[in-house]
Amino acid sequence: MTMTVAMPGRLPRSVMPVRLAILAAVVLAMASVPLWASGGSQRLLVEFMTYVALAQLWNLMAGYAGLISIGQQAFVGLGGYTLFSLAILAGVPPLLALPVAGFVAAIVAWPTALVAFRLSGPYFAIGTWVIAEVYRLGFAQVGALGGGSGISLPVGLVKTISADRGTRDSIIYWITLAACVAVIGCIWALMRSRLGLGLAAIRDDEVAAESAGVVTRRLKLQVYVICAGVTGFLGALIFLQKLRISPEVAFSVNDWTVLVIFMVVIGGIGSIEGPLIGCLLFFVLREQFSDWGSWYMVGLGALSVATMLFARGGLWSLIAPRIGFRLFPVARAAPRRPS
Amino acid sequence: MLLEATGLGKSYGALKVVDDVSIAVDAGDALGIIGPNGAGKSTLFNLIAGSVRPNRGTIRLAGRDITALSAAARCRAGIGRSFQIPRPWVGLTVYENLLVAAEFGAGEAAAMAGSDCLAILDRLGLGHLADVPAGRLRLLERKRLELARGLATRPRVLLLDEIAGGLTDLECESLIEAIRGIRKEGVAIIWIEHVVHALFAVVDRLAVISFGAKIAEGDPQEVFASRQVQEIYLGVPA
Repeated sequence: MTMTVAMPGRLPRSVMPVRLAILAAVVLAMASVPLWASGGSQRLLVEFMTYVALAQLWNLMAGYAGLISIGQQAFVGLGGYTLFSLAILAGVPPLLALPVAGFVAAIVAWPTALVAFRLSGPYFAIGTWVIAEVYRLGFAQVGALGGGSGISLPVGLVKTISADRGTRDSIIYWITLAACVAVIGCIWALMRSRLGLGLAAIRDDEVAAESAGVVTRRLKLQVYVICAGVTGFLGALIFLQKLRISPEVAFSVNDWTVLVIFMVVIGGIGSIEGPLIGCLLFFVLREQFSDWGSWYMVGLGALSVATMLFARGGLWSLIAPRIGFRLFPVARAAPRRPS
Repeated sequence: MLLEATGLGKSYGALKVVDDVSIAVDAGDALGIIGPNGAGKSTLFNLIAGSVRPNRGTIRLAGRDITALSAAARCRAGIGRSFQIPRPWVGLTVYENLLVAAEFGAGEAAAMAGSDCLAILDRLGLGHLADVPAGRLRLLERKRLELARGLATRPRVLLLDEIAGGLTDLECESLIEAIRGIRKEGVAIIWIEHVVHALFAVVDRLAVISFGAKIAEGDPQEVFASRQVQEIYLGVPA
């Protein structure tokens, strides 16, 4: 006789296909957007999906690997500038330059990590920020890329994507959607893998993880380099959409790190659902209240402080126990005993 | 000798926390360690397990010098440990806590399968909690999880740091049984414990640490009855 034991927060295995079907339906619906939505809402969604991906990556680093970086703008900017350099200086078609930009960011992240990983805790956080500033100042010196005032992508190169603006927007939309889905999917798969188990252990207690044989330094380095690479790809995509890049915007700590941290913290650090909810909330708040000017910023700040004081696990930590459901379950059930 | 720590020393500034301590255990040995609070017992474990680097001394495991290895590498080499203050991975289930230790900690030995992890949990009376997040465990359950996690790494030497405190007599009996069983499998045990009767039920040697130094080692009853130990614990003048 098999006994069914009620396990909190765990659904029967049979729910998985249903869940995947729902997720697939959402992705398909998102993919159809360029066919019927206006250019404006399409661009808003591109921005949203970019932030979802950035938030997932930052959460992977800070929420799991314990790497609190406030210098991810280094790789957004690096990716963007790699794309513009390749396109403008070498005539590489922008769409081809996208993956190269990610690759370059990952390669540069390696020596960057060797410097940054000598620091720990708050020093690591500040160190990553300083490194990003060094990159910003570096690119401001390059005259061929417009120096401090930046440069636009020449029309001729833009037209290699498509002569028509609508088609171009749609292509960028689909690439962004694919990137966003891939980031979430890969992180979900990672968390269900052996490495994900080690990362979750680092998240909860790094000293204990190390003592149980998890080589924390190597795992963290891998996470850092991979996140930098994907962030670089996203950076290239961001500036391909903007068609213009400047050091101030490309290496903006506010746009590419502070807002991302806000989303992750509000939504719930250390889960896949949290950053997603945080992004949704942020975009809803911004669309509703951004014309309140500085009061809007005061509100966002107050919300962050309140979250950190009263719900350190973010919104998801308040929701999850009540509904007993995980959109992206990662827990491994103990093997059933023969009864 | 399976594990041989020679002349271990750790200072923080002028404070010598561990001062020239040597201990050795062979497979299947059980060494008890007692000493007043703050004597440096847990630091000694940290030095052996690799969480803290010693200033002096060497540590050999089965003849191989492991002094320069990280904590992770030492765990893989066969040193398992429990923390005095339990450090469960609270976001993972009890079963997953063991899986981490099994997957990452076994090193060259084959990693334990999920069913073996479950068997350890059953043995320590945690089986019914396998799918519960470790963050929901109570203190005593957390202590048992520490032991279970240490075992899941397939240790050759197991360092136990005060795992018997606060247990009822019955729980203590079953803990003693479990540790005896582990020992019978050839695992060397070094056990820091204040619950002396539990310690005596398992160990065949006792070492006393005071102010960072090992002041006695030998037969448990004799060492415990020695004037030096009575002096430390009861304040009997020498």
